Amino acid sequence: MAALTLRRKLAILSDAAKYDASCASSGSEKRNSVGTGGIGSTEGSGICHSYAPDGRCISLLKILLTNFCVYDCIYCVNRSSSNVARARFSVEEVVRLTLDFYKRNYIEGLFLSSGIIRSPDYTMEELVRVARSLREEHQFAGYIHLKVIPNAAPDLLAEAGRWADRLSTNIEMPTDIGLETLAPEKKPSEIRTAMARVRGKLDEADPDKKAKAAKPKFAPAGQSTQMIVGADAADDGAILHRAAGLYSGYRLKRVYYSAFSPIPDASSRLPLKPPPLMREHRLYQADWLIRFYGFDVPEIVAGGEGGLLDLDIDPKLAWALKSRQLFPVDVNRSDREMLLRVPGLGTRGVDRIIATRRHHRLRLDDVARIAGSIDKVRPFIECADWTPGGLTDDTRLRARLTPQPEQLSLF
Amino acid sequence: MHIVRMEGLNDFAEWRGKARQVLAAGLSPDQVEWRMLGDVGGLLDQPTPLPLADHPVGSVPRQFLDLAEQAICHADPARFAVLYRLLWRLQADGQLLQNSADPDNSLLTKWTSAVRRDSHKMKAFVRFKSIVDDSGLERYAAWFEPEHYTLERTAPFFARRFDGMVWAIVTPYRSAYWDGESLAFGPGGKRADVPQDDAVEGDWKTYFSSIFNPARLKVSMMKSEMPVKYWRNLPEAELIAPLIRGARQMEAEMIERTASQPPSRHLRQQAREVEGAEDVGEIASLADARAAVQGCRRCPLYEHATQAVFGEGPEHAEVMFVGEQPGDQEDLAGKPFVGPAGQVLDRAVEKLGIDRSRVYVTNAVKHFKFEPRGKRRIHQRPDGGEIQACKFWLNLEIGLVKPKVIVALGATAAQSLLGKSVTISKLRGTPIALADGTTLFVTNHPSYLLRIPDVEGKAREQAKFEADLLLVREAIAGLRKTH
Ligand code: SF4
Repeated sequence: MAALTLRRKLAILSDAAKYDASCASSGSEKRNSVGTGGIGSTEGSGICHSYAPDGRCISLLKILLTNFCVYDCIYCVNRSSSNVARARFSVEEVVRLTLDFYKRNYIEGLFLSSGIIRSPDYTMEELVRVARSLREEHQFAGYIHLKVIPNAAPDLLAEAGRWADRLSTNIEMPTDIGLETLAPEKKPSEIRTAMARVRGKLDEADPDKKAKAAKPKFAPAGQSTQMIVGADAADDGAILHRAAGLYSGYRLKRVYYSAFSPIPDASSRLPLKPPPLMREHRLYQADWLIRFYGFDVPEIVAGGEGGLLDLDIDPKLAWALKSRQLFPVDVNRSDREMLLRVPGLGTRGVDRIIATRRHHRLRLDDVARIAGSIDKVRPFIECADWTPGGLTDDTRLRARLTPQPEQLSLF
Repeated sequence: MHIVRMEGLNDFAEWRGKARQVLAAGLSPDQVEWRMLGDVGGLLDQPTPLPLADHPVGSVPRQFLDLAEQAICHADPARFAVLYRLLWRLQADGQLLQNSADPDNSLLTKWTSAVRRDSHKMKAFVRFKSIVDDSGLERYAAWFEPEHYTLERTAPFFARRFDGMVWAIVTPYRSAYWDGESLAFGPGGKRADVPQDDAVEGDWKTYFSSIFNPARLKVSMMKSEMPVKYWRNLPEAELIAPLIRGARQMEAEMIERTASQPPSRHLRQQAREVEGAEDVGEIASLADARAAVQGCRRCPLYEHATQAVFGEGPEHAEVMFVGEQPGDQEDLAGKPFVGPAGQVLDRAVEKLGIDRSRVYVTNAVKHFKFEPRGKRRIHQRPDGGEIQACKFWLNLEIGLVKPKVIVALGATAAQSLLGKSVTISKLRGTPIALADGTTLFVTNHPSYLLRIPDVEGKAREQAKFEADLLLVREAIAGLRKTH
């Protein structure tokens, strides 16, 4: 076989990585290359250096070390039974590409994943070698995200966390049964054990906890995971329930939801249709409500029907329309928890309302200015010069607040 | 009318100095005209020498200085005058900046956010090209057209980031240079001052088109984050139109191309695996059981816990302690009794002189049952069905370890071992003979002791717990004698 050019390998191994939804390069420690003679910096918030026509930010060089894989996960383009073109980078090639791209300011850093070759340990060791080389030989201070290979030895994990800003282990499917059906070689408990190990290391390195000696650093941007949505029959309730369990158990920074998109050479057991992008969007909104608005999973799921979120309206509005007995909320008197539940009010809006009402009673105009737009808010609040009267319970309210389909389209 | 001429486009110190002079002279905003160097309209008029200050200058909020320093980088020619008007008005109304309805004020806010955004976009969209000279020294240069005068405030970012590189960023109004040690600014330039090509650009374009997933086309989203005005200097931008045009076709092809015959490499691998597959035979040892329990699906608890936590201790321990279920820490570690309750148990066992190396510890239920609550997992008590389902594993452990004495810690363990729900207070203090000849003692779960708030109550319960363990120790001693 003729040797592949670096560019051909890059085409194959970035194509293979395009189904992974995680992209963030934020939330790490602050550091730069001043005085090191190296390159790289992270300043807390990440920078998106480009955008693909799919609207997704390009912040990292997201590639696979290799797309050869001994596993045969049905949903994965790299599974061993697939006939896609295969390639493998050497450690040095990945290092060179990362530095070359970084020096031209194309990227914030590297997101490296891999098909499993030979063994989990061997594969993880290769990923770690790339990161080690970047940090130690090239004084690279940019962002590094490494994929954890479940079942790799704990000391490899410890070393990975030493070089990487973020580690992630993909949970892949919302249910264990789903995973075992579509990914027969993957063991859900091994995936969770890998996350538990990362969490243990994060806890040890936590600067908040008091300890005398300086602690070795470990993945300062934390860990994340990805769940594929729509490849199996799991409903949104199962997905969110799974996510809540992962957030609480493993101190995850993010769960990424990835609408299953058709892959070339796919098995007939998969839904070969355009990816459910709106469903994915609603799941992100629901996830947000759980993490920052004090909602729990059953409440959010109750806003939809039969375990699925409402696709036409956002999950907070869907919940509020079904919980009208709790409204209207008096913006001049209610506590923060309840204000956070008003559709159209965000955390910053609520904070501003609370700050402002210390000075004077809010009128509808004030709320409109703070919220940016009042339509969604009005039926659910009371203020100095406004009560919604029968509007809150109006049967046509839902129709009135449902955007027209044109606006709904993501294109 | 006084004409003040600005030498710099965005030099805050210059503006501040001049504004202070004008203000000290008591000139109101409509008595002053601010002109930029090279202003066509101002070609004929001479700057008026500024009157000497005749009364002291007032003060402004710190916030104004911060905002003005940003706003002065905005391209709007009115910036110097508006800032002066705000400065003037702030003398009379110190709270002016809090009034977001004021037109000058909202202009200030609009300008500062435009400047911040432009600066952020510069960090994102500068594209360096590499130049290697005859000596082999590699330098980098970029041509960038900011919408506002943001080079000076953004260049330090590049200095922090690219310490080990020699680089220049050329914009139409100014250039920045970094030689590896210090940052310098010079006059603006032209696009032609920077090379057109770069050896790595082809790789970058390859990456850009390969990472794009045609099934997710969302052009408006891309345009809102990467405004078209920046595209002319982004090498990858020329790919956007053809990628969009081809997307539907590519997606359709992906959907149509269903699975073909797997490659022979895959078939060979599958064959190897079938050969190597072992029969999962009978569970004949603790090690077998420990492996098998990880695949248990007897009740729904396996799905959200990390792993099954099996018992630990010597293979033929005399005593087996049975707790309720693993907690948060046990679930993460995969070992029983490593959390706070485990420490209470260890201390008591040691204090009463029970040989820890002869003790096997396990739980009635092997998976952690919890309710997620934000960043924490709240322990939940297993129900009768789960206890019953998991009895399979506890029975296996008892059968393999063959303890002489079993200690049930808490009601769940007692329920599992006795097959019915029971009250601890009624059962503790007396040995119970089980059908298989082992002796069962029942006491509280050590986590119960941890939950008692008052010191006295805690001491009382601790004493009762120790008294129960004392009985256990005596029973073990008794066993040894009869042997
Ligand atoms: S708790 Fe017990 S019965 Fe339920 S799944 Fe886990 S090991 Fe099986």
